[in-house]
Amino acid sequence: MADVNRGNRPLSPHLTVYRPQLTSISSIMVRITGIACLLLSPLVLLWLLAASTSVGMFAWVDGLMRSFLGDLVLLGGTWAIIYHMFGRLRHVIWDFGYCVNTDISEKMAIGMFALSTILTAVVWIFL
Amino acid sequence: MSGFLTDRKRARGLGSGRHGTDHHWKMMVSSLLLGIAVPAFVITFALGLGRPYEEAVAFYRLPLPALVMALSLIVIIQHLMHETLVAVEDYVHGVPGKLTQIAVTSVSYTLIVIGLFAVGKIAL
Repeated sequence: MADVNRGNRPLSPHLTVYRPQLTSISSIMVRITGIACLLLSPLVLLWLLAASTSVGMFAWVDGLMRSFLGDLVLLGGTWAIIYHMFGRLRHVIWDFGYCVNTDISEKMAIGMFALSTILTAVVWIFL
Repeated sequence: MSGFLTDRKRARGLGSGRHGTDHHWKMMVSSLLLGIAVPAFVITFALGLGRPYEEAVAFYRLPLPALVMALSLIVIIQHLMHETLVAVEDYVHGVPGKLTQIAVTSVSYTLIVIGLFAVGKIAL
């Protein structure tokens, strides 16, 4: 395999040399929201664990999550998980071979931002 | 010697991740599952949160919220784990990369098990 170039290849995600575009930003956001949700998931689990443990524990964790800062984090988390879902469903649509062009992809990106914001608002106002 | 190695032979079984399309296919499946799990989780958790202790516990003692939570823990956290693992593969290399992947995997599974334990303790 002497002829295979093993070094000096361009590295994969060259984030810094690309002009930010709707398609790239919306895609990067899917990854960021995914990681953010994993980082936030212990909060939900802590609440659940506290509820299964005792009144005192629950009061402490519940108070933490329903404080102003807790609300802010949960609001962000709600948006993130909904956005991530839409982003991933967009990937499934692409993987099935549909909508693979810039025009529709950009429209879907705007749709993802808009829908996740609307649905987050709906969840927080009505539930 | 290299003449004996055709381009196809060299490429077979060696995707960038060395696992062909297996990981991609699994992500596709879990992405579709998110379309059901995320709305179900967000709605039930939003309904459960904000109640006093007795009511919150009573809520997660109901079969549907408990099942949705248990399923969400498995489906969503596992998806997020794979999501994070791909990001780690992309940006962290060598031994630190491997160690980070092991850490992400073990923490994720621990979270799932802790959550399942809590749901089980409340619901059963």
